[in-house]
Amino acid sequence: MRRVLTIAQMAFTETVRDKILYSILVFALAMIGSSTILVTLSVGGEGRIVRNLGLACITLFGLFIAVFIGINLVSREIERRTIFSLLSKPVRRAEFLVGKFLGLGLTLAVNLGIMAAGLMVLAWALEDHWTPRILLAIGFTFLELLILTAFAILFSTFSTPTLSAIYTLLVFVIGRLSADLMEFASQFGGPSLKATVNVLYYLLPNLAQFNLSSAVVNRLPLDPWVLTLTAIYGVLYVAGILSVAIAVFQRRDFR
Amino acid sequence: MEPVIQIGGLCKDYRVGFWGRRVTVLRDLTLAVQAGETFGYLGPNGAGKSTTIKLLLGLIQPTAGDGQVLGFSLGDPVARRHIGFLPENPSFYEYLTGEEFLTYCGRLLGMRRGRLREQTPALLAEVGLDRAARQQIRKYSKGMVQRLGLAQALLGDPKLLILDEPTSGLDPIGRKEVRDLILRQRAAGRTVFFSTHILPDVEMICDRVGILVGGRLVRSGSMRTLLGEELESIEVTATSIPAETLAAVERLALSPPLVQGNHVMVRLPGEAELEIALFILVGAKSRILSVVPQRRSLESIFLEANREAQA
Repeated sequence: MRRVLTIAQMAFTETVRDKILYSILVFALAMIGSSTILVTLSVGGEGRIVRNLGLACITLFGLFIAVFIGINLVSREIERRTIFSLLSKPVRRAEFLVGKFLGLGLTLAVNLGIMAAGLMVLAWALEDHWTPRILLAIGFTFLELLILTAFAILFSTFSTPTLSAIYTLLVFVIGRLSADLMEFASQFGGPSLKATVNVLYYLLPNLAQFNLSSAVVNRLPLDPWVLTLTAIYGVLYVAGILSVAIAVFQRRDFR
Repeated sequence: MEPVIQIGGLCKDYRVGFWGRRVTVLRDLTLAVQAGETFGYLGPNGAGKSTTIKLLLGLIQPTAGDGQVLGFSLGDPVARRHIGFLPENPSFYEYLTGEEFLTYCGRLLGMRRGRLREQTPALLAEVGLDRAARQQIRKYSKGMVQRLGLAQALLGDPKLLILDEPTSGLDPIGRKEVRDLILRQRAAGRTVFFSTHILPDVEMICDRVGILVGGRLVRSGSMRTLLGEELESIEVTATSIPAETLAAVERLALSPPLVQGNHVMVRLPGEAELEIALFILVGAKSRILSVVPQRRSLESIFLEANREAQA
């Protein structure tokens, strides 16, 4: 466990010393802040607009961090051959991957925390009261991003950084739309389309479940039981994808 | 006593290209390295030296064959606790300082904080990086990165050092320092397995060598066995040799004498010829300046092995 935490800490240090992260963060905060411009165009519901745009920004920039930094964490080690000196120490390949995942998880948590703080303050300034349910929505966004991080790590164990980024973004798009696609295919699709969508629906994560933005922004009721099940589903999905990534990584030759 | 490295029938194939064409990199490699030995692993570029090392560390899986390192199966993480490894053309995390990198490595080795604090500056000083300890690795020269690689390999007092081309990219002073460092490790009782194609380094510091050509081990043995006890020739240099004496000595020589001003050098095939030549030269009141026995060089063995393997 100590080695996993050491690798996680180093992965976190690596991302913190990466200038790209700061660019993403500054841009995200600027975007959240600029949502106030739209407020001036609307009559009433200012807080709703800011919360809506803010949560969308957090998801989008969190996705950038998970995908573009996530794929590099493993593939850069292989490309620059820094992995040789690491795996020649008493480090198991599973420890390496889990450590990298935790490190990026921590990076995401810190960044989402900063963006959440920015959004909370902005919403408070406009509405004059705290809206803690935003944190719940961001918590589930974090879980969603952890699933995508696990996918980014899985793809980067066997593919190039560019392809890994494309695959991970595809998982995000399909994962967000899978329920809608299922509905569409069941109503209008032929048997082959239904079968394909069925496979995708059960194979890829149902990421729409993690999107609480609409419920939070519109103050709709949330079922705690559904939220608990969604959280368990997310954790199990991450564990499953990481297990596949470890199985692939164990067999890999580092030439 | 059990060998530190023991491998038998090790083979490695890679699949290359779109169609996955099979390329054999290592063929039926059988090798043993004893405790306390300094083993030089020689071979031209692409012979399979780095592949062997990566197999020993578990960075790649063998296609066939098996082996043990320090009594553990190839690639066992427990064995790696006692192995110090320097990769060929090493590359480390550029955003870290040398000191931070060694601390990271030490923590992965499970070293205690106190021991790590003690060893890190000592090792950085040993490889001549004490002044650059707090400098980011991205600002290091190639030689400095190589030295840092040696320092991380020595961290945690490993029983076995595996060094892949440790002197490549170093200037003559750096090469000598690395040679001295390896000799110090040998004196400390560590087993050193190192690959190189720089033959003078091997001749100076190795107990045993293995020569790898085209993925096959074509020669292996102690330096004495490989170089042989027998003389290749004896070179005698003398002055003031009368013409008729020189003609008599020339008949004993392997090749025509080399004349440079008053100095004459003759290459004689063996001790019997040397005795006769000395008798003649002394009789003619010539002045003998030197008698130098010439043994086979590692270079000639290496080139011969390479030629044979390619034939």
